[in-house]
Amino acid sequence: MPRVLLFGAFADVAGWRERTIAGDTVEALRAVLSEDARLADRLARPGTLTVVNQIMVRGDCAVGPEDEVAFAPPVSGG
Amino acid sequence: MVRLEADPIDPAALLARFTCDRTDVGAVVSFTGLCRAATDGHSVGTLTLDAWPGYTERIMAGLEAGTRARFDLIDLLAVHRWGEVAVGQPIVFVAVAATHRRAAFEAADYLMDRLKTRAPLWKREDGPGGRRWIEPRPSDLADAARWTRTEPTP
Repeated sequence: MPRVLLFGAFADVAGWRERTIAGDTVEALRAVLSEDARLADRLARPGTLTVVNQIMVRGDCAVGPEDEVAFAPPVSGG
Repeated sequence: MVRLEADPIDPAALLARFTCDRTDVGAVVSFTGLCRAATDGHSVGTLTLDAWPGYTERIMAGLEAGTRARFDLIDLLAVHRWGEVAVGQPIVFVAVAATHRRAAFEAADYLMDRLKTRAPLWKREDGPGGRRWIEPRPSDLADAARWTRTEPTP
């Protein structure tokens, strides 16, 4: 199963940073994550970042069982 | 060179090392970002920066490369904290060296705008009013957009 990582407020709201979740597309993983209403609210906000195998992606894409998929809010460094 | 640092950083020492024994440089510009005691009326007890070690540095290295490609620089150093940062302590240090001052000023400004809007770091403030995750301000995005407008079309 793909390894899902959360960062920033997403990890805080979910109460975890990393777990494996069944799903073969980014949207399928988002749907599972969105079962948590607080996380669903955060994920739906504009600027949510999706990174598959350390490459930023826009929109949906297929993911395999060995893939790493990260979701994060807009960055705020500096 | 760019790096992510878990321990407190000393901007004076970093700048001293950066400027030491330079004979080819006419200008060094540095910037230090500090943790404020309050933002937008909210008192801050501790600032915590979440990062993705490995990925964050890779993106930061790309921002360094973009800055070096855009400006005529001799050297560049950016050190960004992650983890807990106390009020008054440095969050980020940037130094750029160039033959002349204009490139150095502009490159430091550009790199900071890029770090604020593109480096995978997430700030959280904890204080008497509770916990607050910080998102980019409209002014941060507007600052970064200044450079896009002047980027040459491919």
